[in-house]
Amino acid sequence: MALSRPLRAAAALAPLALVLAACGDGGGDDEAAANYPEESVSIIVPFSAGGPTDTVTRLIAEPMAEALGQQVLVENVEGAGGTVAGSEAAGADPDGYTVLMHHIGMSTAPTLYEDLAYDPLTDFETVGLVTEVPMTIIARSDFEPETMEDLITYLQENADSVNLANAGVGAASQLCGLLLQDALGVELNEVPYDGTGPAMTELVGGQVDLMCDQTTNTTNQINAGEVKAYAVTTPDRIDALPDVPTAIESGLDLEVSVWHGLYVPAETPEEIVTTLTEALQQALTNQTVIDEMAALGTAPVAEDQATPEAHTAKLEEQIDLWAGLISPGR
Amino acid sequence: MELLDNLALGLQVAFQWQNVLFCLLGVALGTAVGVLPGIGPTATVAMLLPITYTFDEPVTAIIMLAGIYYGAQYGGSTTAILINLPGESSSAVTALDGHQLALQGKAGTALAVAAISSFIAGTVATVVIAVAAPPLTDVALEFGQAELFSVVVLGFIVSIALASGSPLKALAMIVLGVLLSTVGRDSFTNTARFTFGQPALDGGFNFVSVAVGLFGIAEILRNLHDPHHTGRIVGAVKGLWPSRSDLRKIGGPVARATGLGSILGVLPGGGHVLASFGSYALEKKISKNPKEFGRGAIAGVAGPEAANNAAAQTSFIPLLTLGLPANGVMAMIAGALILQGITPGPGVLTDEPELVWGLIASMWIGNLLLVLLNLPLIGIWVKMLSVPYWILFPSIIIFASIGCYSIRGNIWEVLGVVVFGAGGFLLIRAGCEPVPLLLGFVLGPFLEENLRRALIISRGDPMTFIERPISATLLGLALVALVLALLPAIRRKREVVFAEEE
Repeated sequence: MALSRPLRAAAALAPLALVLAACGDGGGDDEAAANYPEESVSIIVPFSAGGPTDTVTRLIAEPMAEALGQQVLVENVEGAGGTVAGSEAAGADPDGYTVLMHHIGMSTAPTLYEDLAYDPLTDFETVGLVTEVPMTIIARSDFEPETMEDLITYLQENADSVNLANAGVGAASQLCGLLLQDALGVELNEVPYDGTGPAMTELVGGQVDLMCDQTTNTTNQINAGEVKAYAVTTPDRIDALPDVPTAIESGLDLEVSVWHGLYVPAETPEEIVTTLTEALQQALTNQTVIDEMAALGTAPVAEDQATPEAHTAKLEEQIDLWAGLISPGR
Repeated sequence: MELLDNLALGLQVAFQWQNVLFCLLGVALGTAVGVLPGIGPTATVAMLLPITYTFDEPVTAIIMLAGIYYGAQYGGSTTAILINLPGESSSAVTALDGHQLALQGKAGTALAVAAISSFIAGTVATVVIAVAAPPLTDVALEFGQAELFSVVVLGFIVSIALASGSPLKALAMIVLGVLLSTVGRDSFTNTARFTFGQPALDGGFNFVSVAVGLFGIAEILRNLHDPHHTGRIVGAVKGLWPSRSDLRKIGGPVARATGLGSILGVLPGGGHVLASFGSYALEKKISKNPKEFGRGAIAGVAGPEAANNAAAQTSFIPLLTLGLPANGVMAMIAGALILQGITPGPGVLTDEPELVWGLIASMWIGNLLLVLLNLPLIGIWVKMLSVPYWILFPSIIIFASIGCYSIRGNIWEVLGVVVFGAGGFLLIRAGCEPVPLLLGFVLGPFLEENLRRALIISRGDPMTFIERPISATLLGLALVALVLALLPAIRRKREVVFAEEE
């Protein structure tokens, strides 16, 4: 065993101990709120690089950096439906150098995770909303119903035989699927996937029937004719898909969007939050950001939504909504 | 003729000086991140994505990002061979025989064989993309949950049947690997499994921690334990270049592996991992000296390297033909295209022929650059092996720890290396191979999720695995492999091999 040569083993393992020790303590300095920001700011993204939330964050990072006069780094902290990133951000120093980007999942986590390590309302300060991504109800290209009206009738009559794909627990597509089933009063056969990519592949391949997902993931496939689009879930039709009706138009009371917002840990000084809010608002008026978001089928929120007040109101409303819809243990 | 015109167009685009330059930059960066454990191509591509917005030509951006991707597949093999530290999941197999070769003083041969095999496979895969993209996409779309499950079952059975030691131990290792992969939040129900209430375990174990521990750290412990060690990893270095007979040995494996890799690369998920494991199993099966495998078989390096490079390249097919990314890096490249105003999907091939064919041609150039870049470096890499233990081992541990820490900026990943390193050492002492464990760990979630999904869709009817023809065929092959393994003749042969190892 290695123990029979304790010296050599100790010599080999010593650097490991050093690394462990060095990683144990992080530095933090919260006295200089007035001079904020004096160093680079990190935005934590709870999902994988290349996904829609990551894309949106990287889009606003550069104009925010310009506004702040400091570098803005984007960090992906994946895992457990975004709650790993949530725990990490909640435990960070409230100095404005660690910012969390999170989407609708922030409001569903308290219901989905019984032992959630943080409270979205009390462990964070809101900075402002960023974008509200519309969702689309789509199906494999040879699915029988032709219009949204057809689909409603079809689902009500054949609920048992329809496979509804989603990108996993807590994913936007699962939440939209829940709302759809709730609005129709039916229960479909839910098939969870590990992310949107595989779910979309299976839908295009005709292995499952139906999905409701963000335009950031579906617009290309809809325009290419690989999947059939029935409706968008916004109050009005969207520019990227002018021919697709809204669900409400088709007589289904369904309105949902994947809203994204920025958070900092609770007790972050007010001046710092204000600085960040202003930087966010400036980024959202940047022409590149507007154009790139349009290409993804979404748009920046209006300036009065990119505020802590509007963001907190949205968060509170959504936490209540999802607590009622997601049955415990689901 | 159309194909030639297309390839000519592609070469014309790819040979523009800025495209060659960024292709070189991409593969060089890719090699570098492939060598570092933990910093994978996904993170690198993510970091470079904003820079590509400023490029005038989208094709230049995509060529660079693609270069990072396949460059990393190659770089991961370098550390796997030299210090038994696979940087990427697909290079874990290369470590098996590649590191054995390095121990025998043939690190140069192993590295050159890896480079040459990758290049040949890359060249052929480029042609495969050009010729067979649409039909291969159709095949991939036919693969539903039942088929994906059956592919993994076949992979597991074949690797048990071919295990060099006891098949029982191989089975145990695969099962242990699958069990380890279930730790964390279940993605279907969000239930925490085997986490003992520790939030740090919610995300499960990370592949890099497991691989670095099981291979790199366990190897160091084994060396320290060995009373005969010489203070250096290898004795004399016997020639940097593969001999004529070595080169003759790799022809067959590379050809078979390229075919296997090209097909598996198109599948969503872990295509290139399946490809390298599959190629190794295949080569061992048809080899005249299966006992050579695990002790420095050239074919054991050539096959998996060719397979994973071919798969890395054909994984572009679903993206280019359907707009469907096969893995995380592909998703990011799709994002880069969208931001450049190009919609990935069936239209791309007709609307943007310069982009598609330019990219395809650049892959061939990129593979050539990889060889030119790496062959001269082999001498330097090999010198690394003559560094004495007392410098090399602590360096590997620092290197591995920093790499693992950088994955999630999380100290638990580093602790994972310690635990899996100790565990790996105990397994080696007990005569169990770590490779089936890693195979089970990597493919476990794939197996479980596809099994559950197939059953959800069939409303709980297990007949779905037999009723679907492709799935039934795959399971049939698994059964044949199992029967062959149990046949007395083969069994006796294995016992001979086993006895020799004692």
